[in-house]
Parts: sequence; structure tokens; C-alpha cells
Amino acid sequence: MSKQTTVAGPEVTELEDLARRARAHIVRTIAGAHGGHLGGPLSVIDLLIALYFRVLNIRPDEPDWPDRDRCVLSKGHSSIALYTTLAMRGYFPIEELGTFDAIDSRLQGHPDMTATPGIDMSSGSLGLGFSGALGIAMGARAAGKDFTTYAVLGDGECNEGIVWEAAHAAQRYALDNIVAIVDHNKLQQFGWHGDTLDHRLSPYTGSQLVDRWSAFGWKVFEMDGHDIGDVLATVARARDHVGGPVAVISHTIKGKGISFMENNYQWHARVPTAEELAQALAELGATPAGGRS
Amino acid sequence: MTLTKGKALRFVFGETVAELAETDPRIVVLDGDLGSSTGAYIFEQAHPDRFFQMGIAEQNLLGVAAGMATVGFVPFVSTFACFAVARALDSIRVLIAQPRLNVKITGGYAGLLAGMTGKTHLMFDDVAVMRALANMVVVAPADEVEARQAIRAIVDYQGPVYLRLTRQDSPIVFDDSYRFELGKSTILREGEDVTVFSTGVQTTRAYEAALLLADDGIEVHLVHVPTIKPLDEGGIVAAARRTGFVVTTEDHTIIGGLGGAVAEVLSDRYPVPVKRHGLADTFGESGPDDALLDKYGISVEKTAAAIKALVRDRGKSGGTATRVAVEAAPDTPGRPGVTDKE
Repeated sequence: MSKQTTVAGPEVTELEDLARRARAHIVRTIAGAHGGHLGGPLSVIDLLIALYFRVLNIRPDEPDWPDRDRCVLSKGHSSIALYTTLAMRGYFPIEELGTFDAIDSRLQGHPDMTATPGIDMSSGSLGLGFSGALGIAMGARAAGKDFTTYAVLGDGECNEGIVWEAAHAAQRYALDNIVAIVDHNKLQQFGWHGDTLDHRLSPYTGSQLVDRWSAFGWKVFEMDGHDIGDVLATVARARDHVGGPVAVISHTIKGKGISFMENNYQWHARVPTAEELAQALAELGATPAGGRS
Repeated sequence: MTLTKGKALRFVFGETVAELAETDPRIVVLDGDLGSSTGAYIFEQAHPDRFFQMGIAEQNLLGVAAGMATVGFVPFVSTFACFAVARALDSIRVLIAQPRLNVKITGGYAGLLAGMTGKTHLMFDDVAVMRALANMVVVAPADEVEARQAIRAIVDYQGPVYLRLTRQDSPIVFDDSYRFELGKSTILREGEDVTVFSTGVQTTRAYEAALLLADDGIEVHLVHVPTIKPLDEGGIVAAARRTGFVVTTEDHTIIGGLGGAVAEVLSDRYPVPVKRHGLADTFGESGPDDALLDKYGISVEKTAAAIKALVRDRGKSGGTATRVAVEAAPDTPGRPGVTDKE
């Protein structure tokens, strides 16, 4: 059985530009909200832009279309990356990002499927979104639907036991309508320390993540999560794989795109100062006001 | 006089869900490797393609149910109450209660009588936990007649439900004319001396206790409360008004279950003395059913004795019916914890 690969949409260079603009929206929004996460959203944004603009079979003007592909951001603390992507894709106005985390906002700190158009599953307590995504995939098979469910996990999230409960079940049912993509940015919020307390270790090193997913019976692909061409090709391969579930280990850099945030665990959830915001936007070629950039 | 014998609610669950699935293609059952105990095996035999074994992994069991609900299924999750409520609470809270997804959680082997398993498996604080979750409906049927109707009703209801099921055979208190209605209580017996609210299978014991008390000249106004959330506030207030003195009894701790729910409503709307009878603030232990019911104070006789003592001492402050029940059994070794210190 051959499944559909990418949908029509912007070319890679255009996607790269969308991702650059998305990064500017992210840092502006977090600075404006005086709270939220940055490191994880910046590591996962290229993937989300690629998924929502070229991979997912979706209808932004009909968010609940029953046959749409599903995407669950299980690493829910990167919600601002998802909201930015959804807004740019047309689910709601980009100006609404300014309400992030504000009272009465549809854009909650962690994704809330009852609040925001385009959210397929609530998430935030790590590991749960992936489990819900598995349920969607099992339901799709039971209902005879042929859409694909994508779950985006963090590497630190893979500490959670429920991830492996779900991974085991997906293999037992030989589900080939679910793709797990692990944003392997090599840092978690605090994590284990290395030689010094400032040196924080990756939650998984070397081939550990590949080995673990493989041991649970998943086909595993790896990709450079910041190379959008590689992302499109690898995710398409994952979707087209038949006979069992596929995990994609997406190698990324936490804080990617802003020099002083990259590979620095302290930017997991720090609010930039005015000077830091200005420097970040300058590096992204963006303006503080958020106009066309 | 005793009630006639009836089926265990776990088997009623398996049979009823299998029957409803004949005409409702949305119904699926997810099992946490306990189907041979919980009655879910009956569904698997009838609908093997709609029975999903999820293994010994309860967090994921509940999470998968949530996902299946989003694509239109009505998943019944089947495991023991201890594992659903305690082990998988985060999945229930974040993926089922908060998004108000249409998942029916059945907590098997709830209460004191879980078949020689001991405190790890005895779950009698489940109602308190589930009742505290916004959006969650909590139902505890008394017998097979009511359980059949309640299961039908919760399929018709759109939203998350916790259904309390029990292991041992339950006597039958309802005849075929009974009509279960979600969110409604029902008067089982009229009396003027004390209003007793009960829920779940403890209602069968409360009913027999009321008959014993009638022989002693105490007329119990007995109200069965199968839906603990949302509570039938009007029915509770009306029944409290009838006698002006309230006792609650349940196969659950006296903290946060039916007794807590009734006390909350009456303190707001019709303040009268409320005494809570049930299990003490303790964990259980292994033992035969009769010995457990006796030691922990919720047998027919102990329930009757507790109500009698409370009616006798009506107007005096202090104490709960649980303390009365425990003290009424001074010869029992390993005295369970009391509910209040003096």
C-alpha cells in the first residue's frame, strides 16, 4: 500500500523563510508575555513548519475535518511554536499570538484542544500526548480511516514511562499509521550535570534513542531537524513505511537560530531582556514590531 | 428477611456493554490485562474486533481511550479501580476530564471486597478522587437491575464517566419497574426517624439494615444515591427535610465520598446533623468478605448498629458513625484507624 507523500505547498527555500519568521514571532511573543518557553520551540519550529505547510493533509478553514491528518505536540511546553505555525497557516490571526498566556486567551500555556482551533489533542503533562496520539491511530484503524497521526515528542520527554507503554502497544498492533518524531535537542529543562554543574548532559547520548525505539519494535529514521529538505524527505519515508510504526529521531539544537540561546539549557524557559530581544530579532533579520520581515 | 441473590456487577458490565455494542458501533472496550476478572472477557467473546488489549500499562490504557474518543468511539476502559484511579490519574485528568472526552472508566473490584488482595488492591477512596475532578460524572450502581440501566444511560451521556463496579455477587434491591436516571436519587423506603443516604452495593446492606431497625422500632427513610456526581441536590435536601437527621453509609472512606458530598450540599442548603458511616480513614487488608465487612463496620448488622447508636444519641455532638461501628467491635484484632481523635 502506498500512501500519499507531501502535499502541495511552498518550496524548501520558502519554508526556510517561514521558519525564520516564525522564530521571530516566537521570541517576540515570549518577551511580550513575560513568560513561556524558548529553547524547545526554537528547536522544533522547522519541523512544525514543514509538517503544517507540506506534510499534513489538513483544512485550516475546517479544523475538525474528520479525515484530516492529526498532529499532536506531545512536548506541549513548546506550544508557542505550534500556535505560531497554526496562525501562519491560517487557523487564526497572527495578531492573536499577542494574547499568549493572557487571561481568557485561546492560547494557553500548554495546548488545549478545547480552546484552540487546530489542536488535535491536549498535552503538557509529558508523555500523555503521545499516548493520546496512539489512541487516535488505533481509532483510525478501527474506523477504517486512512489518515496519518504524527506525534512530536521531546527527548527529555522520553524519560516518561508512558512513552514506552505506548511504544510497546503500537508495536503490538503493528500500527503503520502513526509516526513519532523525537525532537532530539540534547537538553532537557535541568537534567543531569556533567563535569561541572553548568555542564548539563543530554538526556540520551550517542545512539541511545535510536536503540531504545528500535528495541521497542519501531522502525527508526534519523534526520537533521533543521534541514527542511531532509525533514520533508524523511517524514515522507516514515509515513510511507508499512507494517509497523516509525520513529524519527530529529537531531536539533535547543535554542536554534539565536546564537546566545543555542545549546544553553538556561534558555529552556527564560524571558529575554529588551536588549536580548533586539539582538535576537536582529539575528533573525526581523523587526521588533513584527511587520513583514 | 433478606434480599434475593443477584449477579456481580462486573459480569453485568461485560454482558451489558456487549449487548449495547450489537447496535452501537461506537462502543469499544480497552482492557488492562484484567479482562478475565473484570467481566470484560464477555465483551471480547462477543466482539473480538472491538476489544483492545492494552497490557499492564494503565497510564497508556487511559490515554489511548482518550485518543479513540476523539475519532468518535465510546471507549469503555476496564481495569481495577485502584489502577484506573490511582495509577492512571494523570491520564484521566489531562486527557479525559479536562477535554471532557467521551470515555467511560469502569473501576472494577472497587470498595472493600476485592477478593483476598489486601490494601494494595482495595480502592475505597476512588469516589473522593474522581468526584474532585471537574467534568467527571461518578456512578455507583447497587445491583444488577440498576447497573444494566446505568450502563445504558452513560452510553447515552456525552462525556467522561467513572462507573464503580464490584466483584462479589450483589443482592437485588430493584424490581423491573425501576427506572435509573442519571443524576437522580431514589427513595427505597419511607420512614420518619432518620434519613439514610447510601450508594453502590452498600445500599443493599443499608436496605437490610433498615429492615432490622424497623424491628427495633426505628423507621429509616432510605434514599439510594447512585450518581454521586452530579449529586441530586433537590432530592438530598427533600429527604433530609423529611426527618431532620441524616446518616450516610457507603463502601468507601468517610472522607470525600457520598458522605462528604451530602454534607457539602446540606451545609449549604439545609443544615441538619449529618453523620457519616463507612470505612475509616485507613487502608484495608486481606480477608474473606464477611470478615472484612464485619471488621471494617459495613456489614448489615454493623450498619444497623451504627445507625441505631446514632439515632439514640441524636442531638449529641461529636463522633461519626464509623467510630461508633469500630467501637462496637472491640474484640476485633488489628483495630482499624478511627476517624477522629478525642
